[in-house]
Amino acid sequence: MNRRRLRKLGNAAALCLSATATLVGLACLGAILWTLLARGLSGMSIALFTQMTPPPGAQGGLLNAIYGSVVMTVVGIFIGAPIGILAGTYLAEYGRDSRLSSVIRFVNDVLLSAPSIIVGLFVYEVLVVRMGHFSAIAGAVALAIIAVPVTVRTTEDMLRLVPQGMKDASTALGAYPWRTITNIAYPAARSGIVTGLLLAVARVSGETAPLLFTALNNQFWSKDLNAPMANLPVVIFQFALSPYKNWQQLAWSGALLITLAILTLSVIARLVISALPGGKAGR
Amino acid sequence: MSVPELAAAQIEHGATQFLPPKFEARQLNFYYGQTRALIDINLKFADRSITALIGPSGCGKSTLLRVFNRMYALYPGQRATGDVRLDGQSIFAPTVDVASLRFRVGMVFQKPTPFPMTIFDNVAFGLRLAQRISKARAGERVESALRDAAMWDEVKDKLGEDARSLSGGQQQRLCIARTIAVQPEVMLFDEPTAALDPISTLRIEELLQSLREKYCIIIVTHNLQQAARVSNVTGFMYLGELVEIGPTGQIFTAPKNRRTDDYVTGRFG
Repeated sequence: MNRRRLRKLGNAAALCLSATATLVGLACLGAILWTLLARGLSGMSIALFTQMTPPPGAQGGLLNAIYGSVVMTVVGIFIGAPIGILAGTYLAEYGRDSRLSSVIRFVNDVLLSAPSIIVGLFVYEVLVVRMGHFSAIAGAVALAIIAVPVTVRTTEDMLRLVPQGMKDASTALGAYPWRTITNIAYPAARSGIVTGLLLAVARVSGETAPLLFTALNNQFWSKDLNAPMANLPVVIFQFALSPYKNWQQLAWSGALLITLAILTLSVIARLVISALPGGKAGR
Repeated sequence: MSVPELAAAQIEHGATQFLPPKFEARQLNFYYGQTRALIDINLKFADRSITALIGPSGCGKSTLLRVFNRMYALYPGQRATGDVRLDGQSIFAPTVDVASLRFRVGMVFQKPTPFPMTIFDNVAFGLRLAQRISKARAGERVESALRDAAMWDEVKDKLGEDARSLSGGQQQRLCIARTIAVQPEVMLFDEPTAALDPISTLRIEELLQSLREKYCIIIVTHNLQQAARVSNVTGFMYLGELVEIGPTGQIFTAPKNRRTDDYVTGRFG
């Protein structure tokens, strides 16, 4: 009887601890969201999406920064995704247990947790210094470098989840590996790989440090990839630290905007994935 | 009795050793790294016959099948010595293209593995690999393969549906249809009913019987009754060796080897 009570007590304690931990985590998240909403919502207006970043004290919006963020994220993913997916494919399908693969895997894990400011410095040295000026393309490259390890990891994990029997069956029908990968493994792992890409987008779209060293900022509208370009993270960074009220307000609105964008993206992705014919395989 | 009739009668009674072999293994040895998994296997398979390979787990039955279509080549550290011949031609010859070999030697696995695509595309998959084929022609081939696999009536109205929506038994017959569609000469079955319920198993066994008229079939099975029901010839393997091979009736009623006798009477395994 005593032991039973003790075990019950132990269970209650564990439940208490884990529930508290969950609550603390959720509370932090809730507080962040609440602050963002409370401070950012008041700045939401049409002007935010139609006007350029203003000088201190003047009226303005975030149009150039929003555009720049979207462009650099898209270009960055376009550069990073193929590299990440192909490298992940090599690790999962071709390389498998080879020594080269384990080296790549280790380096990739290091990159995965590398501080992004280092990536920024690297691209600064390699591209910005050589080109002689800050540019959007350098920003996109920095974002690509951050996107690659995430994509490599998820692609490899998802491809490994595809049953070996399915791949063997394809091979037994006379398919060479590349055919098996494109026709069998990719479709079977599609939802997982797409989720991985979205994770990469989410990770990349909030990065500030690498852009600070590469794309810098631009107060004006610019479509030139070869010139500095405004972007939300750097604008938020700059404006939030400024003493000007209107800049601070724009920084809050920008932060809320990024958060909402990523949230929407995730929701849309989930909906799209579950609607795909192969959507259930990767889960 | 004409020659084909004589051959048919010989197959019926499992007396295939006198027929010209469709497929054969000569002094075949196989290694997983340092471990020798197959030891001096000599085996002949006649066309239009079903040969069952039985034996306890780990005796090398499945390994043998994986050598026959060179599936082992995917894995580093695995190698085969000796020879396997299809119509008298070595499948290990450097000139042999593995994909072309696999078009001729099809394989059905233990677990049904429908591909993540429609029923039609599943069956057409190997077909499209093997040759450039028009849409109409592919449609005909898919239909005839599904008919041969005795599932045309079940799926003809839902060829565009995801193959994974089929039941386990249907999925396995789909995998068989997928293999038939390529029109192989030899079909390897690796415990094709181990993951299925009794009714689905029965249907697959009936299917095997009808396929016998066209193919050289080799089936690995753990189910002794199944071997007795479907095969003409049965081979017993133990610890990587082929212990005994002969007409199925004889293996099950009057085996010559003591270990075969022990196994088929259920004394071990």
